[in-house]
Amino acid sequence: MQLDDIDRQIIHATQAGLPLVAEPYQAIAEQLGLTAEDVMQRMAKMQQQGVIRRIAAVPNHYKIGYHYNGMTVWDVEEEHVHRLGQRVAELPFVSHCYQRPRHLPDWPYNLFAMVHAKTEQDAERQIAVIAELLGEDVRRQAVLYSTKILKKTGLRIAG
Amino acid sequence: MDDTDKLIINQLQKGFPICESPYRQVAEHIGIAEDELLNRLQTLLDDGVLSRFGPMYHAEQMGGALTLAALKVPEERFDEVAEIVNGFQEVAHNYARNHTLNMWFVLATERPEQVESVIEQIERQAGLTVYNMPKIREYYVGLQLEA
Repeated sequence: MQLDDIDRQIIHATQAGLPLVAEPYQAIAEQLGLTAEDVMQRMAKMQQQGVIRRIAAVPNHYKIGYHYNGMTVWDVEEEHVHRLGQRVAELPFVSHCYQRPRHLPDWPYNLFAMVHAKTEQDAERQIAVIAELLGEDVRRQAVLYSTKILKKTGLRIAG
Repeated sequence: MDDTDKLIINQLQKGFPICESPYRQVAEHIGIAEDELLNRLQTLLDDGVLSRFGPMYHAEQMGGALTLAALKVPEERFDEVAEIVNGFQEVAHNYARNHTLNMWFVLATERPEQVESVIEQIERQAGLTVYNMPKIREYYVGLQLEA
């Protein structure tokens, strides 16, 4: 989608968050010298086009009880990675699933799947389900748990 | 965090309407007053229970780029390097993880060529190699976490 200057101004005004006032779109409009109608139409269009994934709350995983946030990584045969990635992505507890490049020799893993659990046992159960699904096509695997959130701001564009 | 907070967190992860009085609409759906929703939402943000609330922009759909990258940071330099990495506005997320590659961050840039330039700057300022792992294929991004 081609963004114009006004779209960019709206993105810039809302990337840190939506105003917590009764009429938030009106508030953004006033700040930018637009009408609320214009702001709503443009944001709806950006949402339709996928520029806005969604307007939503992002919880801090830890603070809502998810202490085991594991990036599970797998070294699978290149010829199987696409088929396996699609199957892993269908598991209900997987939040992200990607094929990514290896960096040999340090990093042999090419399939990534994120899991989130409130207990270590739950996390291990989830990882075991992935391992079973991947079966003999896995050569090596690792789980990298996050130990600290260092930054979580989302995308920022310059003003 | 009480049951009403949990309702708010779960509801607002699903999305938020674009209309004149969106908070009133969500508050009615949850069964609380609009003011209460606004106050609780402010508290959840102030307390860091919510990292953010608002539109989530998609760098690639804007014509930009996204990548996941990792660093192998000597333990004694961890805080210093975190500060360098976090100082780039293109760094959208950064996590410490229990591996020799112990710092993992997401770059979201407006233009694709900025990825390479930010990586070069991080490598120079931190004096460390960045392991760049742009996605080859995306199979799924989603899932809401129930509070």
